[in-house]
Amino acid sequence: MAKRIEEVRHLGEKKRPVEKEQAVYDRDYSRYAFSYPTDKYKYVLKPGLSREVIEEISAIKGEPTWMRAFRLQAYEIFLKKPMPTWGGDLSAINFDTITYYATPTDKSARSWDDVPEEVKKTFDRLGIPEAERKFLAGVGAQYDSEVLYHSIREDLKKKGVIFLSMDEGLKEYPELVKEYLGTVIPPTDNKFAALNSAVWSGGSFIYVPPGVQVEIPLQAYFRINAPQMGQFERTLIIADEGSRVHYIEGCTAPIYSKESLHAAVVELIAKRGAHLRYTTLQNWSNDVYNLVTKRAVAYEDATVEWVDANIGSRLTMKYPSVYMLGKGARADILSVAFAGRGQHQDTGGKAIHAAPYTTSTIVSKSVSKDGGRATYRGHLVVAKGAHHAKSNVRCDALLLDEYSRSDTYPYIEIDEDQVTIGHEATVGKVGDDQIFYLMSRGLSESEALSMIVLGFMEPFTKTLPMEYAIEFNRLIQLEMEGSVG
Amino acid sequence: MASVLEIKDLHVSVEGKEILKGVTLNVKTGEIHSIMGPNGSGKSTLALALMGHPKYEVTQGEILFKGQNIVELEPNERARLGLFLAFQYPLEIQGVPLGRFLWAAKKALMGQSQADGQPDKKADAKALSEFRKQLQEKMKLLKMDESFAQRYLNVGFSGGEKKRAEIVQMHILKPEIAILDETDSGLDIDSVKIVAEAVNQLRGPDFGALVITHYQRILNFLKPDYVHVMIDGRIVRSGDESLVHELEAKGYDWLIHETKAKAVR
Ligand SMILES: Nc1ncnc2c1ncn2[C@@H]1O[C@H](COP(=O)(O)OP(=O)(O)O)[C@@H](O)[C@H]1O
Ligand SMILES: [Mg+2]
Repeated sequence: MAKRIEEVRHLGEKKRPVEKEQAVYDRDYSRYAFSYPTDKYKYVLKPGLSREVIEEISAIKGEPTWMRAFRLQAYEIFLKKPMPTWGGDLSAINFDTITYYATPTDKSARSWDDVPEEVKKTFDRLGIPEAERKFLAGVGAQYDSEVLYHSIREDLKKKGVIFLSMDEGLKEYPELVKEYLGTVIPPTDNKFAALNSAVWSGGSFIYVPPGVQVEIPLQAYFRINAPQMGQFERTLIIADEGSRVHYIEGCTAPIYSKESLHAAVVELIAKRGAHLRYTTLQNWSNDVYNLVTKRAVAYEDATVEWVDANIGSRLTMKYPSVYMLGKGARADILSVAFAGRGQHQDTGGKAIHAAPYTTSTIVSKSVSKDGGRATYRGHLVVAKGAHHAKSNVRCDALLLDEYSRSDTYPYIEIDEDQVTIGHEATVGKVGDDQIFYLMSRGLSESEALSMIVLGFMEPFTKTLPMEYAIEFNRLIQLEMEGSVG
Repeated sequence: MASVLEIKDLHVSVEGKEILKGVTLNVKTGEIHSIMGPNGSGKSTLALALMGHPKYEVTQGEILFKGQNIVELEPNERARLGLFLAFQYPLEIQGVPLGRFLWAAKKALMGQSQADGQPDKKADAKALSEFRKQLQEKMKLLKMDESFAQRYLNVGFSGGEKKRAEIVQMHILKPEIAILDETDSGLDIDSVKIVAEAVNQLRGPDFGALVITHYQRILNFLKPDYVHVMIDGRIVRSGDESLVHELEAKGYDWLIHETKAKAVR
């Protein structure tokens, strides 16, 4: 028996009047929207992509030949793959104008004192050294192409936890990297995975030994500084049997008028009984194309949680997925998106049940305003033999005005009879009565609206450590400013 | 000096239909007024128009509060002047805990804006701990479990819990003039008593209330200074507490007939 549900829904899409379109919003992005000149960079490759560029990146990194071959092969695949046309509008991406590798220095520091001044200033402004002191087990900070700062708490290191940049990981643990890299997301997966495989640089490499519990988060920050930059980090996390780890990534970029590209690949492997949570808090500027492939495999009784927040970017296409390969595996995907003016958030999640007694939940929450567009794209598969699979999919969209738009494309494919599947979707508008109620207590209209939006996002926010919850709420409030009147 | 809410010949339309047809009424701090009247007579319309609901359009007349015409003011500006409305149908707000909401509202009323209610740690630590204590006390006063502070605003509250939560909000936000729109409807007699006692506790020279109700029972506890009857968008009779007993005995019909007779003449 095969059952397919394809229900497509579009809402909103009214043309907004010209004067509204031209309205300028002054938002205080000063914490994020600064940049430094690249004239003192150690490397800035000329824009454009070719075999030579890839060979140069590989040579700068001094990689083993197998990696160079991996890149070149991926490049061939990239050239052959067509641009995906099923999602957002990618027509403005010009691969010839993007810089594929740039870095102020080729050294990765272990102490903030050794980080170049302007890079350090950037991370200071984002509050990273402070966060590290207060509540993180380890930090990686990537600036354009390279991870320029790296640390892990001594006690975790002693327990055998590895937290390195992907480049260092390749140097220090070539066997592990060779064994796993590209096994979850092969270069053939899609055009941007192929691109990443060809030009990857930076990202995190994490290994948690059997039974080790990393109780507080490891965090990586990704910052684009150079204009028209392509950032292609590659992250691989292996949680060995019975281990536990929570990884958080934060992403920001200054505002340029030209397109930047962020095409990351993230591969997670959760072995038997492991618990792996991956949280993304991304706040890209509105000129970034964010095309990220994230996938996890979960073995017997393992749990993988994707907690994914997408704020900013021109277009984000991202659908974190979990392949449940072992009996009793579990996937929890929570994706929230905020689509403001000129933005398209095309997000969702995929849960593949390939073993019996597996459980998944996908929760998606999107907010669209000022003509922004949020698309939910979900894929739920229960393969033959995955009996007693359970899945619950829920997507809620909130439209803040009549110019904004929300689409849902839930795709469900079930080849097994003994399954429990729930699917629910809602589209809401903020009611005048709700706004009035909150205003009658003293909140301004914009405060009332912010509060309702933050409340709508609460299922996401409450999974975050407190510091991140505050930051997230702040970011949403920035996005909300100027949305009224 | 007492603050006065002066309603002068107020005409209010909803979606082009005139509902209030000239209401005149003064409510001063220190006084409790009651408005009674049959369903659909315009009591909630008056309450919502006073608080500034955008759907309720004032087409004629004035609302003065502390001498200032507030007709053009936003609801939050009215709240800051000291007006409060306990809703007949309190709204549910997902994901916003009651406590966090009230803290944000309180700060907004004090002139600090902080929509997410997340405390700015240093400056607010003391004020916040005082607020928490106060909130606990008020919830105790309304016989609500402490856990309601963490629950999302009115979400999953029973009808009676919503009404009591409105009164908790009133106690925290300390208005000068409060409008209570059928706060007693749907409450059992014990809850009516709890609510009435909470209102009585605020009673004094700095607090006035306009209590909209159908029933004598809450008024027995509140002992209003003035009682008004609204029929078809007008106040057709005003008096003291004895009017309540008259209405209880005779119903509204005699007044409706009287009003119609007048209209005919
Ligand atoms: N938002 C609204 N939309 C349309 N009609 C309304 C609205 N609010 C009130 N009305 C109408 O106004 C009249 C008075 O209603 P209301 O003020 O709620 O009366 P009461 O509170 O005395 O029962 C009713 O006929 C009602 O249908
Ligand atoms: Mg009413």
